[in-house]
Amino acid sequence: MSRMTMIEAIRNAQHVAMSRDEDVVVYGEDVGYFGGVFRCTQGLQEAFGPSRCFDSPINESGIIGTAIGMAAYGLRPCVEIQFADYMYPGYDQLTQEAARIRYRSNGDFTTPMTVRMPTGGGIYGGQTHSQSPEALFAHVCGLKTVLPSNPYDAKGLLIAAIEDDDPVIFLEPKRLYNGPFDGHHDRPVTPWSKDDLGEVPEDYYTIPLGKAAIRRPGTDVTILAYGTMVYVALAAVKETGIDAEIIDLRTILPLDIETIEASVRRTGRCLILHEATRTCGFGAELMAQVQEQCFYHLEAPISRVTGWDTPYPHAQEWHYFPGPKRVSAALCEIMEG
Amino acid sequence: MPENIKDKGVSCVHLTAARFKVYTGRRVVGEEEIDLKPLALFVPEPEFRPGDMPDFSGLELPKAGETRRPPTDAKAEDIRDLAYTIIRVMRRDGEALGPWGDLLDHDEALRGLKNMMTVRAYDARMQMAQRQGKTSFYIQCLGEEAIACAFQHALEKGDMNFPTYRQQGLLISAGYPILDMMNQVYSNAKDPLRGRQLPIMYSSKEHGFFSISGNLATQFVQAVGWAMASAIKGDTRIAAGWIGDGSTAESDFHSALVFASTYRAPVVLNIVNNQWAISTFQGIARGGAATFAARGHGFGIPALRVDGNDYLAVYAVSKWAIERARKGLGPTLIEHVTYRAGAHSTSDDPSAYRPKSESEEWPLGDPIERLKTYLIKVGAWSEERHVQTKAEIEAEIMALQKQAEKSGTLHTGDGPSPKEMFEDVFKDTPLHLRRQRQASGV
Repeated sequence: MSRMTMIEAIRNAQHVAMSRDEDVVVYGEDVGYFGGVFRCTQGLQEAFGPSRCFDSPINESGIIGTAIGMAAYGLRPCVEIQFADYMYPGYDQLTQEAARIRYRSNGDFTTPMTVRMPTGGGIYGGQTHSQSPEALFAHVCGLKTVLPSNPYDAKGLLIAAIEDDDPVIFLEPKRLYNGPFDGHHDRPVTPWSKDDLGEVPEDYYTIPLGKAAIRRPGTDVTILAYGTMVYVALAAVKETGIDAEIIDLRTILPLDIETIEASVRRTGRCLILHEATRTCGFGAELMAQVQEQCFYHLEAPISRVTGWDTPYPHAQEWHYFPGPKRVSAALCEIMEG
Repeated sequence: MPENIKDKGVSCVHLTAARFKVYTGRRVVGEEEIDLKPLALFVPEPEFRPGDMPDFSGLELPKAGETRRPPTDAKAEDIRDLAYTIIRVMRRDGEALGPWGDLLDHDEALRGLKNMMTVRAYDARMQMAQRQGKTSFYIQCLGEEAIACAFQHALEKGDMNFPTYRQQGLLISAGYPILDMMNQVYSNAKDPLRGRQLPIMYSSKEHGFFSISGNLATQFVQAVGWAMASAIKGDTRIAAGWIGDGSTAESDFHSALVFASTYRAPVVLNIVNNQWAISTFQGIARGGAATFAARGHGFGIPALRVDGNDYLAVYAVSKWAIERARKGLGPTLIEHVTYRAGAHSTSDDPSAYRPKSESEEWPLGDPIERLKTYLIKVGAWSEERHVQTKAEIEAEIMALQKQAEKSGTLHTGDGPSPKEMFEDVFKDTPLHLRRQRQASGV
């Protein structure tokens, strides 16, 4: 065991995957010699050579399109899109190609590939370095979408993603790269070295895709969260004293609906959190499914706290970000219902 | 109100300003003061529209055999001329000439002829089947048979094509069962793709034919990725990408070229310039400004322009490019110059946008007729044998069609089951899809 940041855990996961399987290749913008703008691939080119870890042209459609070709050949590419906000030029390749090749060829061709991308805000990145586009992936049949909230999960989920035989979108909440950020931006940063989930084994392990984790058991209300919002939820629960059960979804597609159902049926209340914009956000899908499966167990309307339906602003970042104050208020309201 | 201004057969549209402030009048430009004319948008127009008499006498067509053949390790900058000419081997009278003309023996050329005849006969039957309501859609490659057939002829087993929807000749030349193609077109009980794909969107890894996408240009990048993988693994197999003149305008064309060039990927990038993208002539993809082949030179990619209706020339040029790729010399761009003799698809009516006689006037002729003329001239074939073979191929295709229809057509027989609709979205069907399948009652 050693203490790792999420960056180190992601780097270590790729190192482990590349050591175990020589068909794993890693590339993207600034990914090779330099090791990525967030340093998530640092040391991989040195360890595995430039034909397995290399810099790519600034061309997301090219990165994802070539990864599809490589996967069809039989490799397991794990490519980086520098920011999730940059993925749109590659969206056609992801949604109409990678996602459907198994289906349209009746399994003749498959695309075992992982597309990593930093997601979310909290770093004063403005509207082109802060987006959370997970719903745009979850909406597409044929893609799996993973969103870890801590170093231990990030490593286990990333290795599982690389080993998965279907295309996986791996969204890395960039505000969590260096510590479990709880939304209190005006307080000192907690490093991962002070969090139990910063304990990461050096060796191989996986966490299955499609399985949620209960971060905090509770009886009053179920909070559904993923990525950065898991720690915001923990802070809000601590500050309100409400005995909430916090479910960290970890994978939003396939969704672990059984864990969600069991919890909501027990608590009778459900609060949904995400950083992404509200309308047609993944929270809308969660609300629909909880309502469909748990209606007769509900004691209050299902509620959600999300980013606003505006572009991610720069100076107004902390008015936009759904921090612990908004989550606490929503928790109190749902308990009154 | 728009005002059409004719200028050398090209129409420009000038919108008279009503809602915007426009800046015209006397201005200093360089060192002099002049009256600036209003700017006008240039919109390219094809030379001929319905009702016009097409005349291609102005088209510069090099004589067969006169284009040089460089060694396969030639540098891109040393062969720039080959991106602006048209490499041709066969004359109209069947004479094969020049340095690109000595590559296929008569038996092999005859095999090419029969493959092209098979493609044409297959297309004709399936086009008819669509008209008879037996399927929803069809795309033929009438007049373009030489390109896919000759290219496949030059490939080796294990190489991988990333085709568009007009390269059925690749599959037929690779020996893929025509019965399976028909079953796919009919989406019937024996459809290898289980009814999930539009007709003609075939897939066969075994035959080096990547699953066709209805989107344009995406496969061009994927071909480069496959080729990069082959290089990463130290393999010697190569990939071939396919794209049309119209979709070279897609950004994925640029993506493919930059990746192919950067990593010297073992890939042959084929542009089929058949002059028309549905109703849009190649000038709207700016074919008039330079050849499509010339676009390779911005990336230092050697580029060859070939007569796509000349089987021997397509074969020789393909062989040259494939050899380059296999020797680790990097990518080659080939522009196959041809003409889409039929409609874009069964949903299209070309008489609405181009003269009916344009196809006959097109100066490169018919690929089957040209190879036939050559083979007769060299004594390897005869009119009688051709007529007989054509009848045999057509009979064989009809027999296969009957057999395919025993497994049903789109609206008859027991097609792929609704249950199969839910399979292969993922390797293992997740819970939400299992629940949806149950809810759908299948």
